[in-house]
Amino acid sequence: MAEYQNLFTQVQAVGPSNLGVPLGEGHSPRTGTNLPQVHLFGRLGMPQIGPIYLGPLGIASIIFGVAAFNIIGFNMLAQVNWDIVQFVRQLFWLSLEPPAPEYGLSLPPLNKGGWWLMAGGFLTVSILLWWVRMYTRARALGMGTHVAWAFAAAIWLFLVLGFIRPVLMGSWSEAVPFGIFPHLDWTAAFSIRYGNLFYNPFHALSIAFLYGATLLFAMHGATILAVSRFGGERELEQIADRGTASERAALFWRWTMGFNATTESIHRWAWWFAVLCPLTGGIGILLSGTVVDNWFLWAVKHGVAPPYPLVFPAAVDPATLLQGVKP
Amino acid sequence: MTSRLFGAALALLAASLLAGCERPPVDSVQRGYRGTGMELVYNPRTEAKVALANQPPPVTPPADSDAGPKARDLYKNVPLLGHLGVAEFTRFMAAMTEWVAPQEGCNYCHDPANMGDDKKYTKVVARRMIEMTQHINVDWKNHVAATGVTCYTCHRGKAVPLQVWFKTPPQKNGSNFIGDLAGQNQPMKMVGMSSLTVDPYSLYLLGDQTIGIGATTALPTGHVASILQTEQTYGLMMHMSDGLGVNCTFCHNTRNFKTWEGSPPQRTAAWHGIRMARDLNNAYLEPLTKSFPSNRLGPLGDVAKVNCATCHQGVYKPMYGAQIAKNYPELLEQTGAAAKVADGLPPPTAGPTRSVLFFGVGSSTLEGEQAKGLTQLISTLATQPKAKASISGYHSASGELAANQQLAKDRAVKVRDAIVAGGIAPARVALDKPLQAEANLSGEDPAARRVEVTVK
Repeated sequence: MAEYQNLFTQVQAVGPSNLGVPLGEGHSPRTGTNLPQVHLFGRLGMPQIGPIYLGPLGIASIIFGVAAFNIIGFNMLAQVNWDIVQFVRQLFWLSLEPPAPEYGLSLPPLNKGGWWLMAGGFLTVSILLWWVRMYTRARALGMGTHVAWAFAAAIWLFLVLGFIRPVLMGSWSEAVPFGIFPHLDWTAAFSIRYGNLFYNPFHALSIAFLYGATLLFAMHGATILAVSRFGGERELEQIADRGTASERAALFWRWTMGFNATTESIHRWAWWFAVLCPLTGGIGILLSGTVVDNWFLWAVKHGVAPPYPLVFPAAVDPATLLQGVKP
Repeated sequence: MTSRLFGAALALLAASLLAGCERPPVDSVQRGYRGTGMELVYNPRTEAKVALANQPPPVTPPADSDAGPKARDLYKNVPLLGHLGVAEFTRFMAAMTEWVAPQEGCNYCHDPANMGDDKKYTKVVARRMIEMTQHINVDWKNHVAATGVTCYTCHRGKAVPLQVWFKTPPQKNGSNFIGDLAGQNQPMKMVGMSSLTVDPYSLYLLGDQTIGIGATTALPTGHVASILQTEQTYGLMMHMSDGLGVNCTFCHNTRNFKTWEGSPPQRTAAWHGIRMARDLNNAYLEPLTKSFPSNRLGPLGDVAKVNCATCHQGVYKPMYGAQIAKNYPELLEQTGAAAKVADGLPPPTAGPTRSVLFFGVGSSTLEGEQAKGLTQLISTLATQPKAKASISGYHSASGELAANQQLAKDRAVKVRDAIVAGGIAPARVALDKPLQAEANLSGEDPAARRVEVTVK
């Protein structure tokens, strides 16, 4: 008999709704007791939908988020003259652009970046409200606030890109457009403008944490799945329900790399790697243009970029060969 | 069953995502120091097609140009090529027909009843295009080198070259309430189907917006270039990459697109190429707008203009660098009206906002026409009591640098002194380091020995 639920086994326990733990003083009770159970969801996780706690913050967040989403969407639709077919066809190219450089930080006309400012503002409000919700919901359940702080790391990068750096640079035009290809073009142009972001050490750190986080996730996920045949995903390392799954997993890593994370510390590792990825990335973006103008030359100056033998005859900028001089 | 459906869905998704890609294998050619990613990537299947379309035309056997009468003795209205022998003249006319209008023949430009008549617009344009070709071969050697160009370089047997450009009509904005595309975000061939600016040509190949967006110092020192401007430059570069069938690494070093150190020498040629296209569009093609009938003009009523692809047509050198022009010596020198200017100094320009005065070799004194230009400039300044003049001196490339720099300085100082002596308050006249001008890389160029005065 199949014992556990995942993508490959199709046994799902169906029973009365699971409403979780009793709530403390001052928390409104959740609505609904007979919750729907979706078989398809059960193949990926819990089959039960809800109870969802929206509350005033969640509702406000959704309203602001939907407003931003609609401003972006309707701008794109207007860009293709309200033609649904062209909207689908050109969707990847379409974008709501920030104001042009000449507007600086001033308020541009609605159709010259005003919509962008509004969409960005609404989206920011929506995300911040959602963050507060993450925090208060975790507190309401007596949990730590790790999820909220991990989310805050992502918000930091979002705010650096769309708000903090543009304000420091004195121009909304520095911000990222809301579009699929356009934001990628923005990224490439940003790197070219600031002399190759690969020489930005914070960019390097961010990539290290990005790849590190995926590596840790793969290692952890693989380890737990590999010992799930011994009930490893249910096992608690130091307490009652102790089998041999965790010990096998730990021994596996000591065998193969001499060291193993503990059941607790692996999550600490993964959390820090994931959080440091946008944190360091945001610092790297924030320094570009405000503190460093050309990362390659910065890297040359500090001995980071190695000198290579020149294989071509020396090329000089023809513009500097102008024969004029300042008297 | 489910897993089969799942697999089919995955395969379909992968296929739809990869539909825009070229199939492997591709050839990659290393061209820089190992490990630096200096590689050019070619798709041999695409290259085969491009190679077929870029074959040089057959060269007609040379004529004995000295024998017989001159063309001007026999034909009427031959201001450009009248100095040629009749045999060479006829050979060149035949070659031109093959290059430009092989189907239509002589009558594409000529009125068969009166071959000398300028009635057909094609004849007027063709004459100006011969002048343009001569101008390229004489004055743009830093781009076309000794290979030069002929009519065929662009035309390839077609009356209108295959790859020309017109100004892009402004994007529709409706009531201008919602849906501004901001001059970009439309899949356009000219920027490699990216979402970059939809008309980089007008900015850079007609206008002279600054292309270099990278900073030359590690830390900020006042260099300003927005991300939007970067994307516009990026758009131009996508065109160059597409037009020449090369990667970024053909001209740039991988580590930093801005620094010239470690850049392949092709970047210098390309730098001049951009300025050449800009020069041709402004000096030769735009002024021809009125000569063309409306069906030859673009949606905005502008003339067909050149970009990199007009000559290159997907190849790093047009027709892989085939030497065609050397067989047609009449294209290698400037003749007609242009020839007279090239002998001495260019005429001075003394406009309301910008004046250019030219000097003799090693001289810091204005003579003849140039002195008159200075007088005119002084009277312009006298009529605009609030205007300020900033003066920049230049010199040609031949001779010692230090002495030349002193000479350029002397020229600027002399012009300033002359303006002050002409009654203009010294506070209104400032000396300024030149920001940008056409470079004269080697030799004695009369157009380089100059002083530029900007009136603001």
